[in-house]
Amino acid sequence: MKFAVIRFPGSNCDQDCLLTLNAMPGATAEAVWHKDSSLAGFDTVILPGGFSYGDYLRCGAIARFSPIMQAVKEFASAGGTVVGICNGFQILCESGLLPGALVRNRGLHFICEQTPIRVEHHNSGLTNATSTGTVLNIPIAHGEGCYFADDATLNDLKRNGQILLRYCDSRGRTNEAGNPNGSCDHIAGIRNRAGNVYGLMPHPERACDPLLGSTDGKILFESLLAWPSSPLRPAA
Amino acid sequence: MVLIFLAVKFPPVKAIVTVMPKPSVLDPQGAATAEAMKHLGLESVGTVRVGKSIEIELPDGTAESKLHAIAKDLLSNPVIEDYTLQMG
Repeated sequence: MKFAVIRFPGSNCDQDCLLTLNAMPGATAEAVWHKDSSLAGFDTVILPGGFSYGDYLRCGAIARFSPIMQAVKEFASAGGTVVGICNGFQILCESGLLPGALVRNRGLHFICEQTPIRVEHHNSGLTNATSTGTVLNIPIAHGEGCYFADDATLNDLKRNGQILLRYCDSRGRTNEAGNPNGSCDHIAGIRNRAGNVYGLMPHPERACDPLLGSTDGKILFESLLAWPSSPLRPAA
Repeated sequence: MVLIFLAVKFPPVKAIVTVMPKPSVLDPQGAATAEAMKHLGLESVGTVRVGKSIEIELPDGTAESKLHAIAKDLLSNPVIEDYTLQMG
């Protein structure tokens, strides 16, 4: 599987994504510059974390107008798999490819810590190698990771099974103590209605090497690799 | 026939877009600011909301509708923010 890792000015998790993906059997990953206009030949597109355009105006607000985003939109319309991690999630929300928005953490502090997240649905490109209810320990590092959506949108997300990952405590319970940033409904990761565009605030690419304290992120990338032939994938 | 060409210099126009968080969105920045105000002697301060003001210099005659589009697409995020536009 060929992964495109989009590089915006200010992206800083692109190298981690490239290293992690290139080390996985069956995967190759290449950086794509934000001014490029083609994603031809790629199977999956990753928008990595970082501080694109310095988070000026709002996180992801300017990156969303980068030339490559036209190709990302077309890629997504055609059913291609797109995964936004942290700033990538913010860019996907700003561009309307995912619903809702990411705002300042409730406690106002930038939080950099390993946090438990719970898999809510395993029938997705991001989670099919796990099972519903699995708790994964994955680092977060953000100041604007609080997921917000109005009540109508939240109800839609729930009804359509679009909430894929929730912040939880170490025992897998969703509660205020287990929610590091105040996200509505403890939401850590979602998919779009069509199920091909994903966004998550935690950094799975930082949880693939035992040296960094957790390898729980691996299973999310393995899910992406397994998705094209997964029995959980809805018939085209 | 005498053709008179008038070179008139149109002064730039200043538009101001004010972006505020929607009332339904929690504003912890505003809450922290209110707390700080209390410590500065304004004990009975009410709600404080923090937004941003964007000043834009434009050539005279720029369509207001274009500014509204930019305010909606770039300067504000309609999911979480409202904006007001003041021309001239």
